[in-house]
Amino acid sequence: MIPALPKTQLLAQCRKMLLVRHFEEALIGLHHEGRFRGHYHVYIGQEATGVPAISLLQPDDLLFSTHRNHGHILARGGDPGRLLAEILGRRDGYNRGKGGSFHTSPRELGFLQCSGVVGGILPLGTGAAYAAKSRASGQIAVCLFGDGALEEGAVPEAFNLASLWKLPVLYLCENNGKYGAGNAVGAMQSSTMAVYPLTDLPAAYKIPAVQVDGTDAAAVHEALNESIEAIRSGGGPRFIETLSVRWPGSETNWPVVKAPTAVDLAWDVSGIPEDVRAWYRDSDPVLRFMRELVESGQADKAELETLNRSVLDQINAAVDFAFDSPYPELSEAETDVFAENR
Amino acid sequence: MRQLAYHEAKLEALRELMEEDDRVYLIGGTFFSLSPHRLGFAAVEKAYPDRVAAPPISELGFCGLATGAAMAGLRPVVDLTTGSFLFEAWPQVCNEAANVLYMSGGQVRAPVVFHMLHGLRGGGAAQHSASPQAMLWNCPGLEIVLPSSPRDVKGLLKSAVASENPTVFIDHSGLFDTEGPVPEADHVPLGQADVKRAGADVTLIGTSLALHRALGVAEVLAREGIDVEVVDPRTLVPFDLDTVMASVEKTGRVVVVDETHQSCGVAAEIAARIVETGFDKLKGPIRRVATLDVPVPYSQPLEEHIGPSEGRITAAIRESIG
Repeated sequence: MIPALPKTQLLAQCRKMLLVRHFEEALIGLHHEGRFRGHYHVYIGQEATGVPAISLLQPDDLLFSTHRNHGHILARGGDPGRLLAEILGRRDGYNRGKGGSFHTSPRELGFLQCSGVVGGILPLGTGAAYAAKSRASGQIAVCLFGDGALEEGAVPEAFNLASLWKLPVLYLCENNGKYGAGNAVGAMQSSTMAVYPLTDLPAAYKIPAVQVDGTDAAAVHEALNESIEAIRSGGGPRFIETLSVRWPGSETNWPVVKAPTAVDLAWDVSGIPEDVRAWYRDSDPVLRFMRELVESGQADKAELETLNRSVLDQINAAVDFAFDSPYPELSEAETDVFAENR
Repeated sequence: MRQLAYHEAKLEALRELMEEDDRVYLIGGTFFSLSPHRLGFAAVEKAYPDRVAAPPISELGFCGLATGAAMAGLRPVVDLTTGSFLFEAWPQVCNEAANVLYMSGGQVRAPVVFHMLHGLRGGGAAQHSASPQAMLWNCPGLEIVLPSSPRDVKGLLKSAVASENPTVFIDHSGLFDTEGPVPEADHVPLGQADVKRAGADVTLIGTSLALHRALGVAEVLAREGIDVEVVDPRTLVPFDLDTVMASVEKTGRVVVVDETHQSCGVAAEIAARIVETGFDKLKGPIRRVATLDVPVPYSQPLEEHIGPSEGRITAAIRESIG
């Protein structure tokens, strides 16, 4: 379902989902053309989690994400040109080329760390919540991470601290491994936990935890709204597990776009290769959101086509911007190791 | 000038930090280890119950928490008790705190202080005696502070908290009962070495407790007419090579004494810098007096045997003079 929000906000969310999707499809294309090096992780299939979730945060809230951060940054209002410039290692990237895909963290949008260490942000986000509570700033900290993070020892340590000290932190665990085929069929492994459902782990630390369908924007909106209110009113930490189905394009380490996203696909997947068709029909959150917008009378297909074209134009401009940006001066390699002490 | 015991100067620094800056939070509270001086700290805990936190036994979790709190505006001082337990927190200290400023292209700072006691402490055995400063020196982004005197522990602790960077503050329980002058109003900046004893024949470089052994040996050798200059770098990062080289230029002979293990240790790095910078100033090889490359044994004579003892320092100086 779609969230109970005014049309303008729903279209804004739809636009952001399309922005995330087209950004990453473009990124995959650029990588296949050999136009940049390095590893990267895509958010495809999780757009209906990040976009509604992040739209509920306040401007001064503090965000922590992982190597899979493109969707979070764009959902928060990040500039796709500066994000791509960072992934290309260019001077105009958010981190001036020193972070790359894994670590792009626009401070101006409230991101304090996007860590490539699985589970690494949970203690950090818990600490930001400690600062917020200590200073009674009214901020909350949000940790956005995947199901694999729960395998790391840092995570229960963070849960224990947050629960003991009733810290204002939201743990949003995006479990993108629902029905994940795992290594058995040559696919990427999802988490390997003795604890299922994953909500049992935070619950053991007395952190209220719920599980929602991460491809259902309304369910995400409601769960987040309730949890964020509880956190802001001093209720301590909350944990939400969102479930989404692994995108077939991420079957291997290097993503492949099986079918570029288009508005028509929301109603007709017959042109998609049969082996992956079910995902686009049943589990693609962006197609689902567009379909539900039209079915609920909030938008018509022509509006969505216009929206989609404007996103594609924005992505084209972002690609030009990023490739036009120069590499940093070599002297930049030796700056920012230490901040200057007065 | 007034004289204070080391533990008094350290406590005074903690008290002043809490008074002067409400962003300072203490996470963990064994700044004086199990020594009787811990009772003095109890008064600070009592005065600031909301700003002194007792975390569960989870070094990884609370070092990350302190780092995240620093990113979000606090000035946390987190206590790891012994340097050996830093290994439990390694990913948060070395892979998060140390990297965040650089990785973010200068956008995000983490002005956190990691406090610990290092070194051979008398029966600490292999898992409570670590001196992690050499490993940390190979991790760009961390400032490393090693006080050796009452004046330095107070001044450096205050400078560490004032620093914009993650700082590892490495103390030694063997120093707590030493005494020395401490000015009322003082500033000891990071990155300024201190010539603790002037001399003309040999430059003896050391930090922390090893510095005191160096000073003791220097006094004994002075009676034989060997004039040892003792230089305390006080901070490894930033490192004050100028003061060290000024001494080396004067004496031409160098012994580095240090509690880290010999291989890739602090003494090795200091020796390398001196050789690279001033090979022509040296009259002979640099000698290292470091902890032997073995895990730390429990038994007292064995523990004493592996460390940078007065006997080994004395022998190294005699060899150096030839």
